[in-house]
Amino acid sequence: MSLRAAARAYPALLRAGFASAVAYRAEFLIWMFSTNMPLIMLALWAAVARSGPVAGYTQLGFAAYYLCTLLVRLLTGSWVVWEMTMEIRQGTLALRLLRPIHPLLAYSAENLAAVPLRGVVALPVLSVLLWAARGQLGHDPLLWLMLWPALFGAWLLTFLVMALIGTLALYVESAASLFEAWLGVSAVLSGYLVPLDLFPQAVQRIALALPFRFLLSFPVELMLGKHSAGHALLLLGGQWLYVAAALVATTLVWRAGLRRYSAYGG
Amino acid sequence: MRRVLAIVRAQLRASVALALQYRLEFLVEGALAILWMAVTLVPVLVVFGTRGAVEGWTFPEMLLVLGWFVALKGVLEGAVSPSLTAVIEHVRKGTLDFVLLKPADAQLLVSVAKLEPWRVVDLAGAGLIFAYAFGKLGRTPDSGQVLAAAAMLVGALLVLYSIAILVVSIAFFAVRVDNLLYLFQSVFDVARWPSTIFRGFLAVLFTYVLPLALMTTYPALALLGRLRLGTALGALAGTVAFAAFARTVWSLSIRKYTSASS
Repeated sequence: MSLRAAARAYPALLRAGFASAVAYRAEFLIWMFSTNMPLIMLALWAAVARSGPVAGYTQLGFAAYYLCTLLVRLLTGSWVVWEMTMEIRQGTLALRLLRPIHPLLAYSAENLAAVPLRGVVALPVLSVLLWAARGQLGHDPLLWLMLWPALFGAWLLTFLVMALIGTLALYVESAASLFEAWLGVSAVLSGYLVPLDLFPQAVQRIALALPFRFLLSFPVELMLGKHSAGHALLLLGGQWLYVAAALVATTLVWRAGLRRYSAYGG
Repeated sequence: MRRVLAIVRAQLRASVALALQYRLEFLVEGALAILWMAVTLVPVLVVFGTRGAVEGWTFPEMLLVLGWFVALKGVLEGAVSPSLTAVIEHVRKGTLDFVLLKPADAQLLVSVAKLEPWRVVDLAGAGLIFAYAFGKLGRTPDSGQVLAAAAMLVGALLVLYSIAILVVSIAFFAVRVDNLLYLFQSVFDVARWPSTIFRGFLAVLFTYVLPLALMTTYPALALLGRLRLGTALGALAGTVAFAAFARTVWSLSIRKYTSASS
């Protein structure tokens, strides 16, 4: 189907997705609340930093880092991989294939439409951040301007990786487990558990080259003002290169996988 | 009592047989359990790369707490959660009737309905962590300390299970909220740190209201021989009271249950 038709349908899909997120708001809230790992890590590091700063991080510094991490994670989350693996296993993907819009586009609309509600949940976190650790945030307005494309890039990269691994369910049964493994590695290398600059040099060098940091650490670094504007722009380019690569990979794997797909009972 | 044991044995055999049908999943999930254990260790390794002790806990002592955390997490996600998630599904579909009709205690039946046996990998991992920690400490706990730790562990398991039963009881009133158990699993992650890490409001919350920190801290302290008898007895008394409370709430909730078809 043409791109123009998709662009016409997209706002309607977004509205439907938003309505469904609002309809299931209680469950939605609970999913949001179960994102608490940054706060748990903050408890540990706050106790450590009580006896003096760690590698430049004071207690307030850690508070700012982990609140920003929580904020980014709340805003950029998706759930498409679980939906895809379930729909492929149960055969309900066939229903989506019948519709005159690319299923990946439909999925993206559903996940994107939840972002406003995610923003509502993130508001208290933002208020605490501004109230408690304002002095730790960056001052360069250029970095704050770049934060928006960086956040969108992080959302898109998260979504595309999920969609890519979800598509693998067309080939293998244990795609959900594969994503679980991705989550484990990503927790360490994206700065979710520990700020990347606290790792030993060798680990840092690996983490900085891999895509994981662009999911989380990069937007956080922008909020904390850790880069010069020029370097940040370079990193933003790197993030979007990874986004483009993930988009190409997902499309190719989807196209090849669909040829093998025959719905259960179909 | 013999009847209860026979029921538990039959249920466990059925659920293990069911899980063992999926051999590849056994391997994959076992590997994942090891990966997550490594991920759990990373922050602690980084912390003790910069400090010798945190709030009076040295690296091997902290490992003891983490060992209990890994073991309890394995029990929670391998034995408690799968069964109780199935209860919520039963309530939603109205199929809980079939459980209630059986001539045995419903709480017992639903609690051992489903197991994920590959989570024994977590228990093995916890054993390795303990061995390494005591190797670093350069001593082994004496039999009294092991006994005290075992008593605290039984208490911790009882609290864990009771909280899960309370969460499931909520499902009888608010069926829509079927992911509450998942929320509890994620809150349980605070048990990975010793309770003295927390200050102020959080210290009170995780000691008295949701006694998560104690579940791993007290058994670790018992192994180190630092747990006072009074504290231990108090904790056990509190545990029994909590379990009784959970049982009462479960009984009240089940009376509220009206099957989906009626």
